[in-house]
Amino acid sequence: MIVAEKKPIEEVIEMVKDFRKILIAGCNECVTVCEAGGKKEVAILASALSMYFMNQGKKMEIDEVTLERQCDHEYLEEIRNTMDQYDAVLSLACGVGVQFMAETYFSTPVYPGVNTCFMGVTEERGVWTERCQGCGECILGRTAGICPISRCAKRLLNGPCGGSTKGKCEISKDLDCAWQLIIDRLKELDRLDEYEQIAPIKDWSTERAGGPRRVVREDVRQ
Amino acid sequence: MRLRYPDSIRIIRVPCTGKVDVIHILRAFEKGADGVYVVGCLEGDCRFENGNLRARRRVDQARTILNAVGVGGDRVKMFNLSSGEGPRFAEYAVEMTDKIREMGPNPIKRFREKQAA
Amino acid sequence: MSVKTPSRLEKILDSGRLAVTSECGPPRGSDAEVITKKAEMIRDYVDAVNITDNQTSVTRLCSLAACIHLKLMGIEPTLQMVVRDRNRIALQSDILGAASFDIHNILCLSGDHQQFGDCPQGQNVFDIDSMQLIQTVRHMRDEGKFLGGEEIRRPPRMFVGAAANPFADPFEIRVPRLAKKIAAGAEFIQTQCIYNLDKFELWMKQARDRGLHEKVYILAGVTPFKSAGMAKYMKNRVPGMDVPDEVVKRMAGVPKEKQPEEGIAICVETIQRLKACEGVRGFHIMAIEWEEKVPEIVERSGLYPRPEQI
Repeated sequence: MIVAEKKPIEEVIEMVKDFRKILIAGCNECVTVCEAGGKKEVAILASALSMYFMNQGKKMEIDEVTLERQCDHEYLEEIRNTMDQYDAVLSLACGVGVQFMAETYFSTPVYPGVNTCFMGVTEERGVWTERCQGCGECILGRTAGICPISRCAKRLLNGPCGGSTKGKCEISKDLDCAWQLIIDRLKELDRLDEYEQIAPIKDWSTERAGGPRRVVREDVRQ
Repeated sequence: MRLRYPDSIRIIRVPCTGKVDVIHILRAFEKGADGVYVVGCLEGDCRFENGNLRARRRVDQARTILNAVGVGGDRVKMFNLSSGEGPRFAEYAVEMTDKIREMGPNPIKRFREKQAA
Repeated sequence: MSVKTPSRLEKILDSGRLAVTSECGPPRGSDAEVITKKAEMIRDYVDAVNITDNQTSVTRLCSLAACIHLKLMGIEPTLQMVVRDRNRIALQSDILGAASFDIHNILCLSGDHQQFGDCPQGQNVFDIDSMQLIQTVRHMRDEGKFLGGEEIRRPPRMFVGAAANPFADPFEIRVPRLAKKIAAGAEFIQTQCIYNLDKFELWMKQARDRGLHEKVYILAGVTPFKSAGMAKYMKNRVPGMDVPDEVVKRMAGVPKEKQPEEGIAICVETIQRLKACEGVRGFHIMAIEWEEKVPEIVERSGLYPRPEQI
């Protein structure tokens, strides 16, 4: 899922402080799972902002809504009738949702309430870690199911580098060396001889480097 | 036990402090409460295992938010005691009340009063 | 083996003699004299001089420019090239730049992560990795073509090297990794500096068992300790470094004024011991900011004089 983190409240205040009536829009999917922008977080932010502005002697109307997703038209349409009354929307969806909201409601300012971080997993409640960078050409079949592009700090396709120490990356003791993980798993799967195969130079044109991407399925288009 | 504790306290009973969420604490302050204290079982004695531990973390979260919005994080606090410790309950009640009295009223009350006027 | 390039280093290694290389770090400024003075100090004692490439991700005068300065002085440089900062276009371009000055040695490296340097907020590139860079240089040299497939006019004639670290984890793949680099096209190897001789000799034995010592020239890396503090620092704070306790104790066991001397003694002893290690074809002396000691180390190790310009 997409993992995001709440923006510091000071930053959020700065974004919305000149408005009189705002809508805080949460999302029921990824940001709910990583406890950054779901219904609960919307309620807490609304309450906190309310108190802040009261303290400043300012009247601020804050409405709350949590949509199923903010990356699909049908869910964003649900609030079409109410949008005119708001000076701005504070979206707690990931960067995708914030943008789609902004495109859908072209004349309403939309602000991000979270920092979108990466595609990752819930290792345990409260700990989310990166797993995928969307390179567009998955090589997991060759690396025993562990991605060197997202989990190696140097995205080496023929690692490890000389800085790998006791299974940890040279940049942090909290980071596993991706190549140690790959080697361990290759050993487990009795495929360690594959280690010596040289991975070819990657075609990065399917990644961010090639420009904003687009997937089209003519067979399902209406 | 019929011990005396300040009558400025409104008690809200919950089956376990684990039921108290951050939003409940914040809403209390939003509506003008000067202080909120959460009284739970001794750590390790929770009959639902870790409800009181969750409550502690939520109280901490609320404290951070209350500081950030200018209401004052010291207005919320967690206390732990066992259900047989009546006198201690009264003690905490007095402690909390005194502290809040010292801090003064919830600053957003001024705004609410102005609104009402 | 016969030589494929005009590289002096390659010729010496091919002749069967032990080679000696060293390295210089460029300045954090544009004063070329800093590097030319260092190189001048050691020119008669080494066969080629490595110039580091923004080592530890600290921005310095670039390796290519420093190599050119050396070349113009008649000193044989080895261009160190990391893949952290440049994409494949820039890498190929810089290789051609080096070739245009007839720089004949290149060392292909990953590069320390930028977190360690002066621009931790910067992007990194890693368009291709060090293994793929080795393949690229060989491709440019032997096929005379760019990665894109087009012909190169006046292809580079470079002797291609790579680094090896017998002391990094996991140990079990360090020899397979050496094999991989050889398969990618590495022709010489410079190892991380050696203090744990037993471990190094074990690595060499495993390499010999696979016949790798005959497929690539291995130069053993050595670095003299300036002080016991330096030994401790390298033991505890440098990733991929193996400094045994006995070595630290030995350094700490002599009074402070005598420690530099002890460090050099350990270095010389290391070289003497490794001369007898089958497969070690030379030494790479890394005495960063202590280049003035290289002549002494080379002499005391019995490696002076160097062969005349071959």
